[in-house]
Amino acid sequence: MSAWRRLRVKLRSVPGFLVSIRPTQRHTSPYGRLTLCRSLSTGSHLRNEFFKDLEAQLAAFRKKAADALPGSSWSPLQINPNLPPERADIVIVGGGVVGWSIAYWLKQKEMVRGGVRVVVVEKDPTYSQASTVLSAGGIRQQFSLLENIHLSLASADFMRNINEHLGVLNEDPVDLQFNQSGYLFLANEEVAHIMEENYSTQRYAGAKVSLLSPTQLKQKFPWVNTDGVVLASYGLENEGWFDPWTLLNAFRRKAISMGVIQCYGEVTDFKCTTNVLRTSSGDTVDLKRIGSVKVQMPNSLEYQPVECAIVVNAAGAFSGKLTEMLGIGSGPKDSIAGIPLPVEPRKRYVYVVHCPDGPGLDTPFLIDYSGVYFRREGLGGNYIAGVSPEEAEEPDTSNLEVDHQFFEERVWPGLAHRVPAFEKLKVTSAWAGFYDYNTFDQNGIIGIHPLINNMYLATGFSGHGLQHSPAVGRAVAELILDGNFKTIDLSNFSFRRILTQEPMLEKNIV
Amino acid sequence: CTVSAQMLPAVGSPPPCCQATLLLFLTQRFYDVEMLLSWRSQLTRNQLQKKNVYYGYTQRFYGLDIASAYFILSLKGGFRFAGQSEWFYADQKGKFSWDFLNHKDTPLEEVDMSYTVINYRGLCNLESQRSLRTLKLRGCPEVDDWFLARLHVFQDSLEELDISHCPRITTGGLAALRNLKGLKRLDVSSLPGISSPGLVIILLEEMLPQCQITATGYDYNLNEAEGEEEEEHMQRQR
Repeated sequence: MSAWRRLRVKLRSVPGFLVSIRPTQRHTSPYGRLTLCRSLSTGSHLRNEFFKDLEAQLAAFRKKAADALPGSSWSPLQINPNLPPERADIVIVGGGVVGWSIAYWLKQKEMVRGGVRVVVVEKDPTYSQASTVLSAGGIRQQFSLLENIHLSLASADFMRNINEHLGVLNEDPVDLQFNQSGYLFLANEEVAHIMEENYSTQRYAGAKVSLLSPTQLKQKFPWVNTDGVVLASYGLENEGWFDPWTLLNAFRRKAISMGVIQCYGEVTDFKCTTNVLRTSSGDTVDLKRIGSVKVQMPNSLEYQPVECAIVVNAAGAFSGKLTEMLGIGSGPKDSIAGIPLPVEPRKRYVYVVHCPDGPGLDTPFLIDYSGVYFRREGLGGNYIAGVSPEEAEEPDTSNLEVDHQFFEERVWPGLAHRVPAFEKLKVTSAWAGFYDYNTFDQNGIIGIHPLINNMYLATGFSGHGLQHSPAVGRAVAELILDGNFKTIDLSNFSFRRILTQEPMLEKNIV
Repeated sequence: CTVSAQMLPAVGSPPPCCQATLLLFLTQRFYDVEMLLSWRSQLTRNQLQKKNVYYGYTQRFYGLDIASAYFILSLKGGFRFAGQSEWFYADQKGKFSWDFLNHKDTPLEEVDMSYTVINYRGLCNLESQRSLRTLKLRGCPEVDDWFLARLHVFQDSLEELDISHCPRITTGGLAALRNLKGLKRLDVSSLPGISSPGLVIILLEEMLPQCQITATGYDYNLNEAEGEEEEEHMQRQR
């Protein structure tokens, strides 16, 4: 229709069009009278342009007329191609590494090709606030809970054979840039016994960890100041750090090649059916079942309700907000509906520092008992450092601005004390990211919510989501498709522990 | 060559040749072709894993050392027992003599697995050899960073390691060699996977001070820098 208007405007603006069509050839005689080559009329330029466009305009006009007549496939109602499908079997809310891992494993485990229709809904296509890409990217087996150790071991196995799992035909192989440098935990006198207990648990679970005395530590890593260190725990194998963006994209590419539908949009509402049950003491319990999810398109009022059978909450730092939409946490205080999902975003800073005299290629991911950590980044003497702040001084989570004062006050003293070479360093860059912090016990929540029959939770990993993502994805896929955990039993991580107020605390220091 | 009538795309155009017909046929069966190709790659992977399987049966009946020896010979490698001076090799066709069975319960001291397809899984067959002094892995296509990380089991005894010409080793794997504190000779020549070889060799030398590192086959010429200088020169001329 706009081509019509343009044509009419052109017709009106050029007077005498219908009268005479006389191209301007006055001054183009090759020999003889070379009159004034430059025409002084201001309309001739527009007229020339008009005639150049004319053929194209008439062709467009003819095409438009042909489209408007019956028999053509054009329709004035354009369908937005970015909308999710109207019906899906499983909607995964959250396109981070956990969400895409679940999508991949669902497709991997389905019995029939096209057996489950999976849609992954991600709010931000640039991943600017996603925890996955802002993480330091480390993986370790040095935990105190058996389940965490098994999850890390399984994820390391997955990453070792990543091309077997996530290799797509005719595409480049996946290169995680895995640095096999290990983690080094330092313990002072108070926590040394915890470290020894953890060591025996880790050895029992099959992790390759070794304990070092201060002399052995000094011999192995001469740049460490062993002041106050009584025991050190060092990972020999399957520990190190890698590129989280590569892992995310590998999962995404493979899942899309297997038929997962990706959608950029925000989940703003749910439509549920509620079953109201009455307990023996007369209280009512609302059991909800999600019927459809309302996905709002980015920067637009358009939305699409997606009818689904199962919803997976893998929204990371924003999972608490998602369950609030379903009314979890807004019931009476002493009922199950009154207990909110204890996951909230917590801001953590990561600083990139440059120190030319720092430790070399063998630098492990060092974590001090005071909470300060650092690791090597690249080969040019750059390191990544940070610390977990105390409960009292948690920074504000409304934005991802970096507080450089925090580095001077909390990170640098610890670093300089532990590694004397770091007294002379320069902060080159910094960023901040959110932890999907589980305020209850800082461990993941995996399983169905008791009040919403078809919402699976896979969130609250508090800084370990990335390193456990392949194994957690497999566990959730087993829960959904097989009904129960098959490879690693994560029933201790269900929502039940929050109802019974039995925390599964990590006896680790960071 | 004859062309079947139903494959002709249009009436007026010239008949397509055999190649185009074949490609059209394959395009219409895209998912089948994709499945066949993935089966083929799965088959090659399975064959590789079969070669590197855990020799538990041999271990149960003949002991750990004979099992490791048998594994090495099946993969066409070679080894030398501790205390003996002769090497046991398998030839190109995979034939080897069974004399090594005479030396029961003798640990292996030197192992040469150059140009074999040993991988991380296969290394579990050699883990029991805690007095291994020399390990040669020249040109092994399946040796990658995870394999190097697993070598920590030999940290007390290993003195010589040769990982030259292995295409899948990168800088992250070389960082794993820090555990081999007894290492005296290391050969990291011609590793195509490491990006800045000069810097990596210097960092390796700092990491392993008692070790003599051989690193030949790298082109340390400033080819890229020369190209940039030429460009600047040409721009100034313009």
